[in-house]
Amino acid sequence: MLLFLGAFLITQNFHNQYYYLAAFTVLQYIILSQGWNILGGYTGYVNFGTGAFFGVGAYTSAMIVKTFKIGKSAPFLELPILFIAGGLVAALLGLGLGYLTMRIKGIYFSISTLALAFVTVTIILNIDALGGATGLYIIRPRKIPFFTNYMEFLFLVMVALSIFAVAFARYIENSWIGRGLSAVRDDEDAAECTGVPVLKLKVFATMASSTLMGVAGAAYPYFVTFLEPISTVSLDVGVNSLAMPLIGGTSTWAGPLVGAVLLGIIQQIALVTLSPEYSLLVIGILLVSFVILAPEGIVGLFRKFRASLKK
Amino acid sequence: MSQPLLEVQQVFKNFGGFAALSGVNIYVNPGERLGLIGPNGSGKTTMINCISGLLTPEKGKIIFEGNDITQMTPHHRARAGIMRTFQIPKPFNSMTVVENLCIPLEYAAEHKTSLSVAEEEARKILTLIGIEALGDLKPTGLTQVDMRKMELARSLAGRPKLLILDEVMAGLSGSEVDEILEILFKLNEQGITIIMIEHVMRAVLGFSKRISVLNTGLNIAEGTPDEILNNPEVEKVYLGE
Ligand SMILES: Nc1ncnc2c1ncn2[C@@H]1O[C@H](COP(=O)(O)OP(=O)(O)O)[C@@H](O)[C@H]1O
Ligand SMILES: [Mg+2]
Repeated sequence: MLLFLGAFLITQNFHNQYYYLAAFTVLQYIILSQGWNILGGYTGYVNFGTGAFFGVGAYTSAMIVKTFKIGKSAPFLELPILFIAGGLVAALLGLGLGYLTMRIKGIYFSISTLALAFVTVTIILNIDALGGATGLYIIRPRKIPFFTNYMEFLFLVMVALSIFAVAFARYIENSWIGRGLSAVRDDEDAAECTGVPVLKLKVFATMASSTLMGVAGAAYPYFVTFLEPISTVSLDVGVNSLAMPLIGGTSTWAGPLVGAVLLGIIQQIALVTLSPEYSLLVIGILLVSFVILAPEGIVGLFRKFRASLKK
Repeated sequence: MSQPLLEVQQVFKNFGGFAALSGVNIYVNPGERLGLIGPNGSGKTTMINCISGLLTPEKGKIIFEGNDITQMTPHHRARAGIMRTFQIPKPFNSMTVVENLCIPLEYAAEHKTSLSVAEEEARKILTLIGIEALGDLKPTGLTQVDMRKMELARSLAGRPKLLILDEVMAGLSGSEVDEILEILFKLNEQGITIIMIEHVMRAVLGFSKRISVLNTGLNIAEGTPDEILNNPEVEKVYLGE
């Protein structure tokens, strides 16, 4: 609630379009990294292919916008439809990923997800209806009732979605499902032999993870108004969505949240003051430092700090 | 006479070209204490993997409470009441010892419990095994012996009808072996059927009502502990080792 209020205040005060764009990107990464963490953090399957799920969600959404033009007749209904559709199609792709988790583990799984992202780019590049290499323009509605402009509306919806993503991850983490996922991550044989339906939980985790990624993607076309496969199904998206939870801490919902906000802001600053290449470099250096020095992430460091205060 | 609780009928299991089990038969009656012995590599752990469902035999059947469970998933077998320990312990390393026990309590035990009830139950089981002081530690901080005790506690948390112990006594001191034996006798009196795989001869001979001997994936002998001790074939296998 508090977050929502804060966000509303931001919309009232940030007349500078730039802040909108930066904040939107951070919100997008909150959803992506919570999604990534359900499979990568809770379940232990490291996915490099977030871009594929994000991209599939984005293209699904763009095609619905272009084909059905719901925006004019039912402006408030359109976004939910886009989210559901983007999430569903990404979940379908997630089913394929779920099948992979049955067969391969560890580094081989991760490499396959990377391959999945490349295959997705190639497929989109070769489908003319999706704009191919030239890309697709999406016209963002200029106005929507009750809001000064559409971007403001989209931004608030994004805030709501991020809150939902955090709440959803938190719910899973604290339920029997989350405990089962931890068991799967620690030892699949021991999990099975203590009654945990490993396959079912892995499929659930991949579907939940990819749905969130697809939903984040579904909001993207109206944000950028131009889709092009290489930057949409991008490796950057994959690396960021993995680096944020890893740096924040993968064991709890707070990790991806902290990671996405912190890295998102650092990246935006680096983007403006330095260059896009530098902003990825910053992430890379932070990622390597954390993996080596603080594998429990910022949340882990914070916990250690608090524990040492108690003593 | 009632039917056996578990029956393993003519089970074959190969690894590549290597036959680990070549038509093994085992049964255990409700409430019984069965010992399973044999030299290293004779197929005991492979047999347990087939019973718990981690491996599927190429041929043969596994019957539990009269139902063919040969194709059943391991987690369904766990819920049906088959719990096992691992010869090489497989703890959930990111969880505390209590949380390790909560997994079978939540997922395998008959009545799905809330987490707080499960935690309370877990501590009771740890007290029974004598490691209640370790409840809030992570397994990585445990000694090998405590790790084995935790494996035993975790399998008890699944409320087993059939408990299969794969060398839980390994590395335990004489008095610790006696402690665990006493607990196992008590559990058996409460109605839990137990299969004990063990190299600590004193334990398996003192505990089992009946002993089955495997060698190179074949049954070679079966009988009371006394009969097994005096079986020339068993003597040959063990002396030849
Ligand atoms: N997963 C496996 N792959 C290949 N060979 C195996 C595998 N598991 C066991 N074996 C082989 O099967 C035989 C029986 O092993 P095992 O059942 O562990 O014996 P035991 O528990 O009686 O010592 C051994 O020769 C072992 O090397
Ligand atoms: Mg063995």
